[in-house]
Amino acid sequence: MKNSRLKLLSSPYIVWAAIFIIVPLGMVFYYGLTDKTGAFTMENVIAMMSEEHAKALWISLGLSLVSTAVCFFLAYPLAMILANMNVSQHSFIVLIFILPMWMNFLLRTLAWQTLLEKTGVINNVLSFLHLPALNIINTPYAIILGMVYNFLPFMVLPIYNSLVKIDPNVVNAAKDLGANNIQTFFKITLPLSIPGIISGITMVFIPALTTFVISKLLGGSKILLIGNVIEEEFTQAGNWHLGSGLSIVLMIFILINMAASAVFDKDGEGGLL
Amino acid sequence: MKKIFLLTLCSAILLSLAGCGGSSGGENGEVIVYNWGEYLDPETIALFEEETGIKVIYDEFETNEIMYPKVEAGATEYDVICPSDYMIQKMLENDLLTELDFNNIPNAKANIGTQYWESSKEFDPENKYSVPYCWGTVGILYNKTMVDGTVDSWGILWDETYKDNILMQDSVRDAFMVGLKLNGFSMNSTDAGELETAKNSLIQQKPLVQAYVVDQVRDKMIGNEAAIGVIYSGEAIYTQRENPDLEYVIPKEGTNVWIDSWVIPKNAPNKENGEKFIDFMCRPEIALMNFEFITYSTPNEAARELIEDDDIRNSTIAFPDLSQYSNLETFQYLGEDADRLYNDLWKEVKSE
Amino acid sequence: MIKTTAKKIYIILIFIFLYAPIATLMVFSFNKSRTRAKWGGFTFQWYLSLLGNREIMQALWNTLLIALISSLSAVVIGTVACIAINSMSKRRRAIIMGITNIPMLNADIVTGISLMLLFISLGFKFGLGTILLSHITFNIPYVILCVMPRMRQLNPSTYEAALDLGASPVHAFFKVVFPDILPGVLSGFLMAFTMSLDDFIITHFTKGAGVDTLSTKIYTEVKKGIKPEMYALSTIIFVTVLLLLFLVNKAPKEKKERKV
Repeated sequence: MKNSRLKLLSSPYIVWAAIFIIVPLGMVFYYGLTDKTGAFTMENVIAMMSEEHAKALWISLGLSLVSTAVCFFLAYPLAMILANMNVSQHSFIVLIFILPMWMNFLLRTLAWQTLLEKTGVINNVLSFLHLPALNIINTPYAIILGMVYNFLPFMVLPIYNSLVKIDPNVVNAAKDLGANNIQTFFKITLPLSIPGIISGITMVFIPALTTFVISKLLGGSKILLIGNVIEEEFTQAGNWHLGSGLSIVLMIFILINMAASAVFDKDGEGGLL
Repeated sequence: MKKIFLLTLCSAILLSLAGCGGSSGGENGEVIVYNWGEYLDPETIALFEEETGIKVIYDEFETNEIMYPKVEAGATEYDVICPSDYMIQKMLENDLLTELDFNNIPNAKANIGTQYWESSKEFDPENKYSVPYCWGTVGILYNKTMVDGTVDSWGILWDETYKDNILMQDSVRDAFMVGLKLNGFSMNSTDAGELETAKNSLIQQKPLVQAYVVDQVRDKMIGNEAAIGVIYSGEAIYTQRENPDLEYVIPKEGTNVWIDSWVIPKNAPNKENGEKFIDFMCRPEIALMNFEFITYSTPNEAARELIEDDDIRNSTIAFPDLSQYSNLETFQYLGEDADRLYNDLWKEVKSE
Repeated sequence: MIKTTAKKIYIILIFIFLYAPIATLMVFSFNKSRTRAKWGGFTFQWYLSLLGNREIMQALWNTLLIALISSLSAVVIGTVACIAINSMSKRRRAIIMGITNIPMLNADIVTGISLMLLFISLGFKFGLGTILLSHITFNIPYVILCVMPRMRQLNPSTYEAALDLGASPVHAFFKVVFPDILPGVLSGFLMAFTMSLDDFIITHFTKGAGVDTLSTKIYTEVKKGIKPEMYALSTIIFVTVLLLLFLVNKAPKEKKERKV
């Protein structure tokens, strides 16, 4: 009795989720699998195989994999240092990484443009020091930098969260049993932080794969990412069917990610907070 | 317990929906204007609101191509839009525009020069749907300190010396205009072979290009970020004011002469207010304010008379004598198939 | 010793990386020249003209309003949903949590587009309302994610004891359950608020004429050059949040938030 009444409480959310999560995704599938006349077609999905689209997808995959890796190798040591720092205020650390988000994302990315430009701040400093100029603006490197910059907090926080949850006694026990630091790390710390790592990778990889703003601002629109293709199909070319079809392909990657996080992170333990 | 939460939920939804119809506008309603970025003096909007009691809701777009799907989808209803020539033609062909009542826009016929009505006939054959607002050309803006010799041809955009110092337009028709004109074709070509040639030229040019941008050309040229950029003539005066090293030329191969005109879409909720707005914008002193703010050439002859600075009134950049150029054209709407062809080819260039 | 120095240097480098662009933006807010390309001398004028800039103030108001309403609504819907989800069977819980994860794991661009398609097919007029609905949608998962772990830690017998002692379900909830999940609710609210504030992509696809948030306003301005007033406003927001953060941390606080 009590239980069934409690379950009723979920109805507002279930209705909400149905209308604003499930139905919209259904619309994407509907548009993606039909043509202008409304007839069923796989053409829009297969379009991903065409030369330009495949290329854009490959570049996006490449850049997002690289930036995810960079984020991971930057974030893991950082998370370890922070987790061992014995800071009494967990929330303070979290907030320090969320804080940059209060400066608008577009402005932050634009600030990188100003920093990296040919006559930008960094190059002015370099030339003042008689050092060679840094020319990475409008190249893939600038895009990777922009991705790492924007998504690093999403990697640090879950890893940090899973690291602080590790019982220090487990680590001490391993050491007592004669494991050295490296062994302890690979046998204890790393395996126990896998939920955090997985959700970190998910939180970085997907936005990096699908961004269109970073390539516009830091890549000079010279590098076409799959996000740019989809955005332009919707906002400029006006071909919603093609844009939806390409989105369906993107969702396959997202599904893989979701499956991975479902397997490794059953209770959402490695979450952001 | 359930009731309370349902109540809270309902009020939350109501609150959020209230936003939909919330803006009731000024005492005499509202007018929703969809214009290019920084394309009029905000002061003129304030004056209009003060005088008429109509609240102006103002929205901006960056390219014609971005504007079109929004209007077509109809999820946002605009009262006044300012597209370019070929886009007006496309909107007319797809029955998106409504006829203007020129009795409500007396300033239009009175102040706008006859030659502009004449050239408007290319896309609006009977001058029934549009009122010219700005016009100009597309050309090359270069930095005198960074470029040697005379600049008079689109060819300079393919010059290896300026590798990484060239800014190209990031919109389909403008980019292909350059590619087609370079090869001596019409910029309204629908010939697959000609377009293929233009595409190959653009691909060949890509390694030299620093960035594909639209309005950012202005900021980047002022900041000495690049030596050469493709730009609308209206920006030339502004950029020169900020950076005297910059010079604007119309290439000898010819270019695009464009007109941006006010139109009213079929689904406009406040057509009359829209016409009032257009009429207001056609007043000489208002057109002058706009000209001085955005520095795009005005077709408003009465406003040009009011310009005090002789240099500007007779400026060949603001008011060029087009008769001395032979290959000038105006964009035309080329139909859905050609649109798709252009888009596909442009994607090939961009993904190269 | 060397190790701790190395650690410190590493942290400092990361912080420079994270905060350098922000410092740059702050410096620009004092730049006399209108274009960011040139340094024209020090000035406070943008802070003054900011107050008179109707468009930016309107965008700020919209942004805050949307962030506040959407995160509050998300907190209510999300917390209520958590109570129910917690009492569900494992299987149903897994399904619902899977759906909940969609907006978070899905690409922003796909979420934005799918909502745009929905609103168009429902015949909604794009405006503040559509932005709000979208923001609530992507905020709920963050709330659930923050509240759920707290909920799982609860001892159900305390709630039942309260009922046995004659408390009404609502009363029992607010007296027994709510205080325990409050930290989760608060961090969910904060997270949702921040996400809403920082969102550009979803708003980009669901906004209507003349309704700009700071994000979309900036996106329009990027093209023709950001107005210095925008830098000034961002600086003010950032410094305010920073100060608040320090005040909260300096203030004597009860022992909470140990493990969220």
